[in-house]
Amino acid sequence: MKRFILSLILLSPCVVKAQQDLLQQLEKDTPAETEYAFATFKGTRLGNGHTIETKGGGSLEFIFGHRFGLISGGAYEMFGLDQAYVRLGLDYGITDRLSVSIGRTSTDKSVDGYLKYRALRQSTGVKNFPVSVTALGGVAYKLAPKKNSDVSPTYEDVDRLSYTGQLLIARKFSPGLSLQLMPTLVHKNYVESYEENNQFALGVGGRVKISRSMALTAEYYWNTSRPDNNTLPDDARLYDAMSIGLDIETGGHVFQILLTNAIGLTERAFITETRDNFFDGDIHLGFNVTRNFQLKKKKEGR
Amino acid sequence: MAQNLVQLLRAPIAIGLIFTATLAIGQQRYFAEKPSITFFSDGLVEDITAANKKVTSIFDALNGDIAFLMNVKDFEFSNKLMQTHFNEKYMESETYPKSSFQGKVTGFNAGTTGAQQVKAVGKLTIHGVTREVDVPGTIVASSGKLILKAKFLVKLEDYKIVVPQVVWDKIAQQVEVTLDFDYRPL
Repeated sequence: MKRFILSLILLSPCVVKAQQDLLQQLEKDTPAETEYAFATFKGTRLGNGHTIETKGGGSLEFIFGHRFGLISGGAYEMFGLDQAYVRLGLDYGITDRLSVSIGRTSTDKSVDGYLKYRALRQSTGVKNFPVSVTALGGVAYKLAPKKNSDVSPTYEDVDRLSYTGQLLIARKFSPGLSLQLMPTLVHKNYVESYEENNQFALGVGGRVKISRSMALTAEYYWNTSRPDNNTLPDDARLYDAMSIGLDIETGGHVFQILLTNAIGLTERAFITETRDNFFDGDIHLGFNVTRNFQLKKKKEGR
Repeated sequence: MAQNLVQLLRAPIAIGLIFTATLAIGQQRYFAEKPSITFFSDGLVEDITAANKKVTSIFDALNGDIAFLMNVKDFEFSNKLMQTHFNEKYMESETYPKSSFQGKVTGFNAGTTGAQQVKAVGKLTIHGVTREVDVPGTIVASSGKLILKAKFLVKLEDYKIVVPQVVWDKIAQQVEVTLDFDYRPL
């Protein structure tokens, strides 16, 4: 009897261990994976410019960008609302990593097109990579003025073209904080005498989440090729484009309310042709509104 | 002295060997080879549905122990934006990357053929919250494999999944979860 009890005591831990093992065994058997950062930003636009985000495969996004007149216009100008510039755009995700975008701006009657490719993704786990990198290439064509001779005697149709090449580099530091660097090259076929054809800008920006659906954003594009303002007459002075904004996201919409000195809605326009000084109080109210539609559905769930 | 020790331990060792042998023979563990967990939410404007086909699960047919483990990010939606919101806003997958269930199945008889009505009782963990649940289901044993099916409701607020007022009409406060698993012996 004593020996029997002794054996039971010696062996009892084995039985209890077997019952609790199942979940632990599943956890042990799960292979190490790579976790990719997602939702680094709430949408494809940061302020005036882009974010690293591309549309999901088969998703279509309507994007309406509005910029109003100067707030300093006062009540008479309805704080700028009487003057509205609009860009209507469509962004489509060909795949999860490649997006194509077309748009038209009313400010200078530009039509534009972009291809955006998510080249590298931030990840932890088996594959570690510190940042997400998206490459953007775009073309814009100015439709205004209608007559070439209105610009200069030597102006041709091909002079209406401009190109943008951009690398968007972002890191999601935490669920609430993402920062981005945007080295950008803008090439304009036609420039004013004081401008360069090739202009290089470095953009910096980021967002801070203040609630699950809202975030504060800030963006600054430092145009390193900007001509010296001391050599320009007052009304031709150029400034770096910057914005501060509030993102509000509800279901399939993202509303971005911006305070910016730029009224241009394409890279060429806001990086190289911004004539208002933010720090002098020349601020415009603007907003971007996006609406998402899933066009290509896979047969999932029910 | 040594002689006495051997004498004392002879019986326990013998019993221990027999006990271990019994454990080894009796153990019939099954591993899910075709897992599927889908959920469906009946919204006024839009239906929300997704499927996770990468769930891992082990079922011990002898003592009824069962466990499920999955990554929340493995739920696939046909609407990519919905999938992003699911992970970023509602499930907070970066903070709570996994969901699991650990419990015991009663009413299953390894020898019986045909569909058997069973019940699983245990701990369900979603969004970092663990609750005791009681889920009915069926298991069919066929040619050495087991087919497990179950359907149950999950109330979002039970697991602290917060749905803001603005999308209230789009997301129901209850979600219907469907399990469809094919198990093979381990």
